[in-house]
Amino acid sequence: MAYKIVASQCTGCSACEPECPNVAIREKNGVFIIDPKKCTECIGHFDEAQCVAVCPVDLTCVIDNAYPRYQA
Amino acid sequence: MQSTMTDMETSAAKPLTQILEQIAEHKGCGTSSEGGKASCGSSDGPADMAPEVWEKVKNHPCYSEEAHHHYARMHVAVAPACNIQCNYCNRKYDCANESRPGVVSEKLTPEQASKKVLAVASAIPQMTVLGIAGPGDPLANPAKTFKTFELIAKTAPDIKLCLSTNGLALPDHVDTIKAFNVDHVTITINMVDPEIGQHIYPWIYYKNKRYTGIEAARILTERQMLGLEMLTAAGVLAKINSVMIPGINDKHLVEVNKAVKSRGAFLHNIMPLISAPEHGTVFGLNGQRGPSAQELKALQDACEGDMNMMRHCRQCRADAVGLLGEDRSAEFTTEKIDEMSEVVYDAESRRNYQALVEAERMEKVAAKEAAMANLDTTDIKLMIAVATKGQGRVNEHFGHATEFQIYEVGSAGSKFVGHRRVDLYCQGGFGEEETLPSVVRAINDCHAVFVAKIGGCPRDELKAAGIDPVDRFAHEFIEESAITYFREYCAKVSTGEIEHQARGDADIRQGAYIAAA
Repeated sequence: MAYKIVASQCTGCSACEPECPNVAIREKNGVFIIDPKKCTECIGHFDEAQCVAVCPVDLTCVIDNAYPRYQA
Repeated sequence: MQSTMTDMETSAAKPLTQILEQIAEHKGCGTSSEGGKASCGSSDGPADMAPEVWEKVKNHPCYSEEAHHHYARMHVAVAPACNIQCNYCNRKYDCANESRPGVVSEKLTPEQASKKVLAVASAIPQMTVLGIAGPGDPLANPAKTFKTFELIAKTAPDIKLCLSTNGLALPDHVDTIKAFNVDHVTITINMVDPEIGQHIYPWIYYKNKRYTGIEAARILTERQMLGLEMLTAAGVLAKINSVMIPGINDKHLVEVNKAVKSRGAFLHNIMPLISAPEHGTVFGLNGQRGPSAQELKALQDACEGDMNMMRHCRQCRADAVGLLGEDRSAEFTTEKIDEMSEVVYDAESRRNYQALVEAERMEKVAAKEAAMANLDTTDIKLMIAVATKGQGRVNEHFGHATEFQIYEVGSAGSKFVGHRRVDLYCQGGFGEEETLPSVVRAINDCHAVFVAKIGGCPRDELKAAGIDPVDRFAHEFIEESAITYFREYCAKVSTGEIEHQARGDADIRQGAYIAAA
């Protein structure tokens, strides 16, 4: 039920942080991480996941298969 | 795919000739355009600029070519986020047009940035401008950008504030920009036609949605034009940066120039594309080339009849410190700034220093005017490369130069037309043979090179390449010397002692400017 940020891909640019409607993103050790408990995949807020839409590096914000998909 | 390539190649081949035709109509420095504006670039003072504009730009190194010899700027990297993707930028390694690949700018908080500005301003009294240029887009980080301005305006009110943006978010922030007394904004505009824009911008992020293709480019150009119009209406000076991408927007930039001029932009800076494969940008990886020195100059000359053109841009890093063409950022790392105790801002000594600089600038202008007296009219134009450390003087050794400034001189006078980065020819007092050919390639369009000093070997090789090495103007003013040289050259041509010949093209070195430490 959540996105995750691939740490090796993250440039630490912070673009995703203010866009997250759930305030689920924060900085840790120079890169950004998503709190899976807060992430709703932007369902109910926007048509597309905001972190994915704004991230400058492809395949950096990806679905975390460790969690079941979010159900609104 | 094959047809696309062929189209691109054909269109890449055309522009230079078309541009050259356009230049033929425009006679260059000294002539007036319909707008009544003299066309000596941004190098002259009040003669070709409204007094209120000159007042704003006269000590801004990025807005006045003449000022960049004397005044320094610094960028603080407080704005890492961006809202668009450009094909010449790879954010994985920071922006290719702003930073050396693989070296990521040190990000600063507004508080760290403010302290750094005070430390730099105290150490470098000619530092007059603080810019926020990224490494992302300052207006995609409005809170950090404006907080930084707020802190600096409080502690160092004499420092001019400026920012550069891609323009997407600009219309939302013009009021705030005005309120913070930011009177210089640079917008990067590479196209005014979405058909062309789609080949430069793969996507934009706007109103919580990622747009791609032609729609993305259409939104971007509409926002850029609206933002520029709003800046003009608010009385904020706007400079336009454009990246020249051969085969994609080179010819089109003449249209861009008209569009931005009609909306009130006062200076246009056309920069060469930087696209080395190792930068990992889309253009770098697909083999998109940058322009040659002659192609760049031809386009700049073609646009000059309509507007002030900037040619001294060093495409510097988003954390650069110092005079353009030098980088002292290593002296002011966050670690070193943090170690400094309270920095005392000495406004008095800064004022005194700047008064000295002004006196020298007046002297330089007077010397140029005196040299211009009774210059014969001729069609001859010379290109001269100059090794300089600044202050508008010929004061660098050939072997120590990491760049050469290029001046064009003719019967209408001299003007700065560009600069060329080179590898250091001489290290530790002896020349290295391998680097000389690359220096020659970089200044191959020049008839002469002015230096403070030069060794025997490079002197002979330059002569063999048809470039006259000149050290007799050591420590003199550049433009005065260039005009004197021109006068003597013309005299020799008229007596038949030498035959005037146009020179060939030259290379633009890839990679953003970083000082060879």
